[in-house]
Amino acid sequence: MLKDVTLGQYFPGNTVVHRLDPRTKILLLIFFIVALFAAKGWVGYGVMLLVTAGSMAISHISPKNIFKGLKPMIFIIVFTAALNLFYTDGTPVLPGWPITWEGVARSVQMVLRIVLLIAGTFLLTYTTSPMALTDGMERLLGPLKKIGLPIHEITMMMSMALRFIPTLIEETDKIMSAQKARGADFENGSLLQRAKALLPILVPLFVSSFRRADELAVAMESRCYHGGGGRTRMKQLHFAPRDLWALLLGAMLIAGMFVLRRFGL
Amino acid sequence: MSEIRVEALTHVYSAGTPFEKTAIENISLSIPSGQFVGLLGHTGSGKSTFIQHLNALLKPSSGTVYVDGEDINKDKKSRRAVKNKVGLVFQYPEYQLFEETVFADIAFGPKNMGLSKEEIEQRVHEACGFVGVEEELLQRSPLELSGGQKRRIAIAGVIAMRPGVLILDEPTAGLDPAGCRQIMDNICRYRRESGATVLIVSHNMDDAARLTERLIVFNRGTVAMDGTPEQIFAQPERLVEIGLNVPQSTALAMALREKGVQLAGSIYTHAQLMQALKGVGAC
Amino acid sequence: MDPIIRFENVHFTYPEGEEEILRGVDLQIEKGSFVAVLGHNGSGKSTLAKHMNAILLPSSGKVLVRGMDTADEAKLLDIRRSVGMVFQNPDNQIVANVVEDDVAFAPENLGVPSAEIRQRVDAALRQVGMYDFRMHAPHLLSGGQKQRVAIAGVLAMEPEVLVLDEPTAMLDPQGRGEVIQTVTRLCREKGMTVVLITHHMEECIGADRLVVMSNGAIVADGSPAEVFSQVELMEREGLDVPETTRVLHELGLPTETLDAESCARLIAEKLR
Repeated sequence: MLKDVTLGQYFPGNTVVHRLDPRTKILLLIFFIVALFAAKGWVGYGVMLLVTAGSMAISHISPKNIFKGLKPMIFIIVFTAALNLFYTDGTPVLPGWPITWEGVARSVQMVLRIVLLIAGTFLLTYTTSPMALTDGMERLLGPLKKIGLPIHEITMMMSMALRFIPTLIEETDKIMSAQKARGADFENGSLLQRAKALLPILVPLFVSSFRRADELAVAMESRCYHGGGGRTRMKQLHFAPRDLWALLLGAMLIAGMFVLRRFGL
Repeated sequence: MSEIRVEALTHVYSAGTPFEKTAIENISLSIPSGQFVGLLGHTGSGKSTFIQHLNALLKPSSGTVYVDGEDINKDKKSRRAVKNKVGLVFQYPEYQLFEETVFADIAFGPKNMGLSKEEIEQRVHEACGFVGVEEELLQRSPLELSGGQKRRIAIAGVIAMRPGVLILDEPTAGLDPAGCRQIMDNICRYRRESGATVLIVSHNMDDAARLTERLIVFNRGTVAMDGTPEQIFAQPERLVEIGLNVPQSTALAMALREKGVQLAGSIYTHAQLMQALKGVGAC
Repeated sequence: MDPIIRFENVHFTYPEGEEEILRGVDLQIEKGSFVAVLGHNGSGKSTLAKHMNAILLPSSGKVLVRGMDTADEAKLLDIRRSVGMVFQNPDNQIVANVVEDDVAFAPENLGVPSAEIRQRVDAALRQVGMYDFRMHAPHLLSGGQKQRVAIAGVLAMEPEVLVLDEPTAMLDPQGRGEVIQTVTRLCREKGMTVVLITHHMEECIGADRLVVMSNGAIVADGSPAEVFSQVELMEREGLDVPETTRVLHELGLPTETLDAESCARLIAEKLR
């Protein structure tokens, strides 16, 4: 069950989207988010939906994978929908009902916004290897090194975290089974009891994570890791003409959305 | 003390998805009370999936598991009750230790069974006796002990539940020869004194051959061979074909027979090999 | 020729510990040889390994790698790139989510130019037979495969010595076989110096030399056949002896052979 988590997963491929420079893709995601929040009317949301669907088609990412990623967010989505559905003033759908037409429209738009936001983020992580992603991040944030921010260290930690997510999930599964075999009960009892029941999982998980971190540090040092200074990269990032085109399209999307917004569409 | 019967057991992981994988298929067998069984097979042969069905950690995709004649998946209650009857020690069990003291950790299982304080205390001491954990360790933190000690404490945690069936998944993995011997001695002792049925998954052919009464060989999700060590090692070629090692004595006996030395009987221990060599006048 | 690694009366005690872990070790590892170090848990064999690439420094005495003193901090990177180290738990030494990115880690740290890293990574993956898996996620590989990736990650530094600290302890027999075959081939075909730390006697059989450690000191050193023939010593150390040696020993035959085939020939000859 825990193995279904798709966070940080990467689907190798060779589409245009896969080949884009990671820095371009990170910037495009930012553009996409800005445009998404600029959307106001149905036309705007329609355009954003088309853009997302189009990008998915180009990068050969099936909607199924996006939906799988949405699963853990379902609570937030339903909650947002309900909130907007019931708490928007306007004309009731039926006389005497607490639900208004405006509420229906708003909740659809809000759900669309969240779903597209998540879909856009997944498109980035699905098409970019974590190494490339953190590398791109490090280069984009590079200028901040000048003011003393440890950018290399931060991005290194990020990529390590992504690397160890599957390992820790597997380990959690194993520990849970072992404790269940000793009669531990994770499903019944009051909230407090259930929270307490997590200790037999969390303690061993922490202990082993510290051990892993220790061993990993020694292994990294043995492979001559000595911080970011003097490091080179096997996969060099280079800006191709397609990156320029992609960014241009992204900029046009933002501009377009603001124009639509201006006209209330 | 408890007997197991498995009927037409099949387990399919991630059924209905593209990742669907049949781990075990149509396994039927029974293990009488008190038997000492070795489960052999390489990684992915289905033996780990199989043992997790015996205490209802995994639900069969089809088929039934009976412990002492009762269907263990009948309802939620029986799924829970069987965990007290069938103790399962996973690989590297020391990674499950979590309490502040050794005592509390060994007491975790009995506590979950809802036993009285006196009963728990008695069981912890009894379990310590079986695995040779000294009493003065009981108030120490499990984290400061050596690897071998931690392993034995984790096994004690399961033994303290007094399971009628004790199942161990590679209990000696990663230990040095002395550590391996000690763990195997502990398990044999528990079996002898409690009369429990013991199932042990092992990659160590020499141990499996020497200690158990029956060997079940898994291959690609089914039972490929099932019999006494004598019967199994009478056909070592079959094991090699499946891709498993044979005990060193068996390998040497095979080489000797190839050279025309007429060794009698099924050979899987050093003593048997020396006996057979004596039979042909080598010493 | 000078030995590639030389221990000179090395003693080691952990700063906070009281017990001495290494008690005066003298050892020379010759270039191109395959040396197995056998010993029970706590015998000091892992501590010995960690002295070979300056993860640990001797409390007294000296460790020299290609003539460089491991205590000389200026030489640290040079020493570490010369002596590649593979550890027990494959999961805890793989740093990237894609096999080839992981193998590239060490040369990236060393500042090797990009094009050359690519070549080194491909070559290293081919040497361990994992080239076809270069785009895979490491966590989906088997234990033996992961450990081969870890070996490739070290080979990409183009080291002269490969030190493996119980690389098979967490593997099944199949994975164990993969790893031992891989390092044996590296030694025999590429002339790599291999130091294999283990507690499985069957893994030492193919080595040129077997060193047995006990209680922080070397108690036996010679060819595997020579060392195993000291059956009583091995038993006293809580270590196993190959069945072949044991049988030959008990039959009063010379114990100079370790594989079943030639052992069987010896016995058959005696019977004739």
